[in-house]
Amino acid sequence: MSDVISFFLTAAFVDNMPLTLFLGLCTFLALSRRTESALGLGIAMIGVLAVTVPLNHLIYRGLLAPGAWGWAGQPDLDLSYLALIAFIGVIAATVQLVEMLFDRFFPKIHATFGVFLPLLTVQCAILAGSLFMVERNYTLVESTLFGLGSGTGFAVAVVMLSAIRARLAYADLPAGLRGLGIAFILTGLMSLGFAAFAQMAAAP
Amino acid sequence: MTARTSFWTTLSDPLIRQNPVTLQILGICSALAVTTTLATAVTMSASLTVVLTLAAGIISVIRRHIPDTIRLIVQIVIVASLVIIIDQILQAYFAAISRALSVYVGLITTNCLVLGRTETFARHHAPGPSMIDAFGNGLGYSLVLIVIGAIRELFGRGQLFGYNILPLADQGGWFTPLSLLLLAPSAFFLLGGLVWALRSIWVEQAEPPEHTPPLKPRSAK
Repeated sequence: MSDVISFFLTAAFVDNMPLTLFLGLCTFLALSRRTESALGLGIAMIGVLAVTVPLNHLIYRGLLAPGAWGWAGQPDLDLSYLALIAFIGVIAATVQLVEMLFDRFFPKIHATFGVFLPLLTVQCAILAGSLFMVERNYTLVESTLFGLGSGTGFAVAVVMLSAIRARLAYADLPAGLRGLGIAFILTGLMSLGFAAFAQMAAAP
Repeated sequence: MTARTSFWTTLSDPLIRQNPVTLQILGICSALAVTTTLATAVTMSASLTVVLTLAAGIISVIRRHIPDTIRLIVQIVIVASLVIIIDQILQAYFAAISRALSVYVGLITTNCLVLGRTETFARHHAPGPSMIDAFGNGLGYSLVLIVIGAIRELFGRGQLFGYNILPLADQGGWFTPLSLLLLAPSAFFLLGGLVWALRSIWVEQAEPPEHTPPLKPRSAK
């Protein structure tokens, strides 16, 4: 049980997607202007990652990994180079589904997202979740936990950043630093904070 | 004459003025992750520029035949196929760098820069201008990556391309490596500083304040 929790926490905080692995930064920065849209993005990320990583795990192990076609008399067949296209297909379909659900049940959040929800298809963090799953040889349970955990980590980080950015209203920033510039520096400071989690994980 | 100027502006605008990374917030993910050393930054830049240029060319050629509803999927599949080719080439000939880049080569597929350019430019223009625009954007991206990669490697390790430039303190020199520069936060600080510098020179790029204080403005005496 404690293994499960520590695996989840590692995926969420030590290997935090935007802050330590630089993944999904485009949407991370673009949608953190308002807390509501940041929250929506976070929830969508948890949902999409928790579905796509295990799904891609099944597809990879069942169809693409070297030797997966052994039962059909093709033990040498290695289709793993097709992984990228397969993963993208699964992600695009899932994102489409999420978009339809949001449109139906949360039309307000859907309106705030505007152009960015379809862009989740090309969200580096989501594809990276699946690619890490292959690279690190996760089992099905591990990949589900990894998807949930990294989604949660992303959601926490993006909501935190949006809250900090809302406070910037009281700061008198130089004109050139407004918007993107200060967002980068804030992200850097948060990333420093999250580096502490890595230290905690490294300590016995 | 006009054709010539537009050729040059299409090519050179994305370099600094319309830089995809610092102005349009496109393709940042990989821009930060691979810049710990200059060699990986250069490899990444070259791969991205090649993929972007080819993808823009291909999509622009078939732009009249792609149905609007499934265009995203078509574009992604084209990009993904190109990325697979690049990935295989890197694994075959540059195994060490390919390992250092880890999943980030595969992530060119989802680099917002690629899809952003094919979606906004290549879909509406002839193959020639599309490829020039894509190449220019690729160069603009490369410029940012190489600047940040060079700073991080030079001051983080005292090296460039793996050769010692600054004599290290533990080898009898005077330079103490700033190991913070090899960690994640420094990349954010450097890019933030770069954005600040660019926007101080080109003032029109500065953004308006995002939030206004909810309190009563004090200046209204």
